[in-house]
Amino acid sequence: MALVETANAVGPGSAKAESWSLTSTFQAHPVLWLLALFLLILPAFASNFVLIEIFGWAMILGMIALSLMFLAGYGGMVSLVQMTIAGCAGYMVAIFGTTVMTDISLGWPWWVGVPLAIVIAVIFGTLSGVLAVRTEGIYTIMITLAIASAFYYFTLQNYAIFNGFSGFNAVRTPVAFGVDWRAPVPFYYLILFWAVLSYLVVVYVSRSPFGLALQGVRDNPRRMEALGFNVTAHRIAAYAFAALIAAIAGVLLVWHGGQISPGTAGVGPVIDILIIAVVGGLSRPIGAFIGAIIYVMLRTFALDALVAVGLDGKRFQLLIGLGFLLIVLFSPDGILGLWARWRARMQRPNTHGGRA
Amino acid sequence: MNNFIGRHPVWSLVIVILIAAMLFLIFAVWPPELEQVLGRKRIFLSALLNGITLGGLYFLVASGFTLIFGLMRNVNLAHGSLYLFGGYFGYEIATWTGSWVFALVATFVIVALLGIVLQFTVFRWMEGQDLRQTLVTIAISLILADLMLWRWGGDFYQVPMPAWLGGPVEIPLVTAIRSSGELVYLQYPLVRLVILLGAVVIGVLMWLALNRTKIGMLIRAGVDDRDMLSATGVRVQFLFLAVFAFGAGLAGLTGVVGGTFQSLQQGEDIKILLASLVVVIVGGMGSITGAAVGAVLIGLADQFGTVYMPTYAVVLTFVIMVVVLALRPQGLLRGH
Repeated sequence: MALVETANAVGPGSAKAESWSLTSTFQAHPVLWLLALFLLILPAFASNFVLIEIFGWAMILGMIALSLMFLAGYGGMVSLVQMTIAGCAGYMVAIFGTTVMTDISLGWPWWVGVPLAIVIAVIFGTLSGVLAVRTEGIYTIMITLAIASAFYYFTLQNYAIFNGFSGFNAVRTPVAFGVDWRAPVPFYYLILFWAVLSYLVVVYVSRSPFGLALQGVRDNPRRMEALGFNVTAHRIAAYAFAALIAAIAGVLLVWHGGQISPGTAGVGPVIDILIIAVVGGLSRPIGAFIGAIIYVMLRTFALDALVAVGLDGKRFQLLIGLGFLLIVLFSPDGILGLWARWRARMQRPNTHGGRA
Repeated sequence: MNNFIGRHPVWSLVIVILIAAMLFLIFAVWPPELEQVLGRKRIFLSALLNGITLGGLYFLVASGFTLIFGLMRNVNLAHGSLYLFGGYFGYEIATWTGSWVFALVATFVIVALLGIVLQFTVFRWMEGQDLRQTLVTIAISLILADLMLWRWGGDFYQVPMPAWLGGPVEIPLVTAIRSSGELVYLQYPLVRLVILLGAVVIGVLMWLALNRTKIGMLIRAGVDDRDMLSATGVRVQFLFLAVFAFGAGLAGLTGVVGGTFQSLQQGEDIKILLASLVVVIVGGMGSITGAAVGAVLIGLADQFGTVYMPTYAVVLTFVIMVVVLALRPQGLLRGH
């Protein structure tokens, strides 16, 4: 119950934001349009490394964090199973598709394997949701963590299907519609397309009747129950929807890395997704992507930065942990919260001046 | 008890049959047909005892976890880190002073102090904000894990065992009969038996402390209704501090114990955390008896799974959790 209260504080939304119409959904902040333009023309001047390893990876992680943000922000359910759903989809792509493990991989064409992988991952995510919604509030985090680690240890120990410790290497990105999606620029646009699409869909769903009902369930499940809403069904549907986003991201993730192994969805990455979502801010969908780009930047450059200031580059996790601690201690709304507070402080003198 | 038999006659029968079968498997000399199906009796008995002793370890670490959750609604995801830190610290003390018992006591005190510092500086300020507290414990576990990796590296450590604990003892359980008619008894490491005994003693003491003392009464009242307890004039903050310190100290102490009969290594913190999670989910959050039942169940599932179906040992543990969640979401031993 108490989680619901916290989610209320962290979570988005008073009624004023939700009463926007569909058209105003896409009358976005000018900054968002600038950002979209920037991302669209990025391949013109950025190197392949920046394109794929920084922005591509950040958008994939951002999508997984977005699915967590949807559940936590709108549903009040902090699910740690999202990375595992992505990992499940990635494994299925590797099993149905073409890899070096020819005795396991079936080598089916992508238009069979990929949709099937997504369907299986969504079923897995929905079943996890069915289990998780049997308990409330803070229990969710424990149960989903237990499910996530069960999946991790299972893939680690199972050789018949998941090929144990080594997993699958050389997962091939398909060539489709005459385009080689392995090439950096097409792959970048593929990721961009799905990231933007999932962002817009989350924004849309959050203002649809289903999304509003879900936020009602988050704020007061008993009242919603009394109003005739099926609380459990709404929660499970939210898990299924979030699983779809995570599954698509999982397919992109396995193409991005070209390999998948138990470590891809180990306890570390599972926690990382939570950190990304919380650091970015659980109050709005864009927070997931903000968190992801910060995480990827740190991950890529922290080693050099640490060495440059005379510290051991291996202390990267310490840096992440401390940063996360500071954010949780001082700004529970993440970077978005910091930004909102800074803006409020900048505007206050102006309004005072206006009145005087 | 009679009430249970009256209400669930079928279940009672099943339980009685299971117990009888178990007693037969433990005490009887196995006929050859049975050995063909289940393998050697020695292996079965070792798995059984290993499972129970592992359950003892799980109980020690999970009881602190469940107590802290029950009272403060704080899901301490840094609990595994406290275990691992306790283990490493105990290793240092034990190698330095040469006294295992002293290491045990010193570790309990130091990790309990660490718990007090955490509760006093961090968790006290975000009381009632479950999610935020949980996130903070994740951050702390990340920081502790990296600091421990910095100090102790990725090597295996084993806390040196005192001489009086070493070596096997003979347990009066027959494993087989030699052709000469001589009975073969089971050999089992003494240290595991001592640890099991220790876990049982600590468990009983905790139960007594909770059910027969004033402070135990306060803790039980706090588990049931924290706000009402505080409204009656009890200084809940002191209670929180005491329980957090005890739970943390117990985790540290278990680290030394686990480091003695298993080993310590980077990543052990997460394993122990997950074991505690599953144990308390199965047993019921906030219940000491539940933690004991869950711990033995998970310990047995772990060991029997490893022996009889190595690939799916983890899945067995998980299946138990799923079944419990599906049938009794509040855990096996929790009333409401």
